[in-house]
Amino acid sequence: MALLELQNVHTYYGKIHALKGISVTVEKGEIVTLIGSNGAGKSTTLRTISGLEKPRLGEVRFKNQRIDTIPPHEIVKLGIAQSPEGRRIFPRLTVLENLEMGAYLHDTNSPTYRADLERVFTLFPRLYERISQKGGTLSGGEQQMLAMGRALMTRPEVLLLDEPSMGLAPVLVEQIFEIIETINGQGMTVLLVEQNALQALAIAHRGYVLQSGEIVLADVAQALSENEMVQKAYLGME
Amino acid sequence: MAAEVNAPASARFGRRSPLEVLRTVFGPVFQLFLFIVGSALALSLIVVLLALMQMGSRPDILTRALTILPQVIIDGLVRGFLFATIALGYTMVYGVLEFINFAHGEIFMVGGIVGAAIGLMLFTSGMLAGVPVLLFVAIVVLAGMVVSGSLAVAVERVAYRPLRGSPRLVPLISAIGVSLVLQDVVRLIVTNTPMGFNARYHTPDFGSPIRLFEIDLGERVVPVIVSPKALVFISVALLMLIGLNYLVNATRLGKAIRATAQDRPTASLMGINVNRIISLTFLIGGALGGAAGALFGLNVGAVNPYMGFIPGLKAFTAAVLGGIGNITGAMVGGVVLGFLEAFVSSYLSLFTNGALSGAAYADIAAFSILILILIFRPSGLLGEATTQKV
Ligand SMILES: Nc1ncnc2c1ncn2[C@@H]1O[C@H](COP(=O)(O)OP(=O)(O)OP(=O)(O)O)[C@@H](O)[C@H]1O
Ligand SMILES: [Mg+2]
Repeated sequence: MALLELQNVHTYYGKIHALKGISVTVEKGEIVTLIGSNGAGKSTTLRTISGLEKPRLGEVRFKNQRIDTIPPHEIVKLGIAQSPEGRRIFPRLTVLENLEMGAYLHDTNSPTYRADLERVFTLFPRLYERISQKGGTLSGGEQQMLAMGRALMTRPEVLLLDEPSMGLAPVLVEQIFEIIETINGQGMTVLLVEQNALQALAIAHRGYVLQSGEIVLADVAQALSENEMVQKAYLGME
Repeated sequence: MAAEVNAPASARFGRRSPLEVLRTVFGPVFQLFLFIVGSALALSLIVVLLALMQMGSRPDILTRALTILPQVIIDGLVRGFLFATIALGYTMVYGVLEFINFAHGEIFMVGGIVGAAIGLMLFTSGMLAGVPVLLFVAIVVLAGMVVSGSLAVAVERVAYRPLRGSPRLVPLISAIGVSLVLQDVVRLIVTNTPMGFNARYHTPDFGSPIRLFEIDLGERVVPVIVSPKALVFISVALLMLIGLNYLVNATRLGKAIRATAQDRPTASLMGINVNRIISLTFLIGGALGGAAGALFGLNVGAVNPYMGFIPGLKAFTAAVLGGIGNITGAMVGGVVLGFLEAFVSSYLSLFTNGALSGAAYADIAAFSILILILIFRPSGLLGEATTQKV
């Protein structure tokens, strides 16, 4: 039984048919990546899992429980966190307050909360240096770190990451991917949406290729990066 | 690397120190205090200058202007805190939903009616005289808060929530509808009870006015007095403002309100029940409005179903003046507008030698400010610059 499973999911924005019956599974402990070009429906997939969009057809299951009918704040409670596209840091809250919001469902007086914070600051020492700074004044890279740290503060079992490398300098991209591997090494299941297909496939176990709302390829990461069509369309190789 | 980070980290990121809490709570209150002192001084200075300019033709004008000055400042404070407490309801709802709740003036009115109803019940049962003044104030304020707060929550649930996601004009029109419905339902109720349309606000005896100090003018002595009711109004309003700042800045729920205001979908990704936070916002705003209504009625001695309209509009002006969506701004906008009104209504006839009646022009002054602000500085006095936008 897969930890997270989408079965024949159709999601619409009004009349726009954004997901045309996709099926995705994520097993415990995996990094699964979802690659595809602009407008393919990657973000929509993550938004549907988190409950921000409701599928018109199909099912989303987490630990074999249907979650496509429950509101986003309940889904977080079950153990699915998302670092959304564009980071979406609370701009007028400080770094610490942003992290506190991640821990909204938990008791901030408990030692577990402190341990969670320590873990985030160990992964992202930069955030600790910026602890009282307003989220809106952070650099892009710092905001990405905060978005991931904030998601980790919810104590998730599955972490959904929407284009964590977007707009970052190559060094920083490298660093973010390393951190994703580290988190995964600590036992976190990750569903990673990326346009940066090369690096995503390098750290992922399996991958899906999404095109105009449909899954066109699904394989282990190694095979995908060797696939001719993937190389042409997403890896910039001729 | 990690080890270096850990040691100081655990020392710092635990609970906020009491000092920090005090700073986050009293920072905005201090800012408010500065604006109170600042606007009182600035307006007093203008009065003195105007008086000096007219000294040639009217030698006694400076003395006349100065003798009423302390009274005008007290009046300005009462008006200012009235507008500030109502303005908070507009601004909080706007901060979270970007929607102007035009029915908020009626939420305020209901608080006044509730206070008057309690006064009448105590009066008819003959118990009124025996109720200690502060207990009476506590009862009407709490009752006003409970009724108006719940009413605001119910209004949101019934008239605004189903319209969420529709074009902005739609909930606005719904709010105007709610406002009319509330006025007429309350009118129906009060005219069919012993309260009557213009309901008298019975209170226990608040005692005689308090003499603060006296101004010795040589030939006569002018006392500066404050009515106990005005004093109660100012104190309760100040307590509520401090409480609100504590709630919004120093509690988990307050941070959730701010997070929801800043980014609703992302707040839900944190596990925040956004609908509940929106209800909470209406509850807080409604409760503040209800308390203001109960205190306002108590202060002026009578209430009616249409009394929410003008104070509501003025409080909205105050919210815009301070920068709508900004909590400190609403408080600051309230007191600045209150002072302006008090000064215009007291001094206009003095300086025009009775040609223009100040009381009549105070409203014009208030709404001219609304128009000027909307034209020249739509982000308000504090606007984007401050940190305390919800
Ligand atoms: N709020 C919306 N309203 C209408 N259409 C939308 C909305 N959000 C997304 N879409 C449409 O749905 C489709 C899928 O969008 P989605 O954001 O999921 O793509 P994506 O794969 O994440 O793209 P990108 O790589 O650019 O982030 C696109 O055609 C997009 O135009
Ligand atoms: Mg996207």
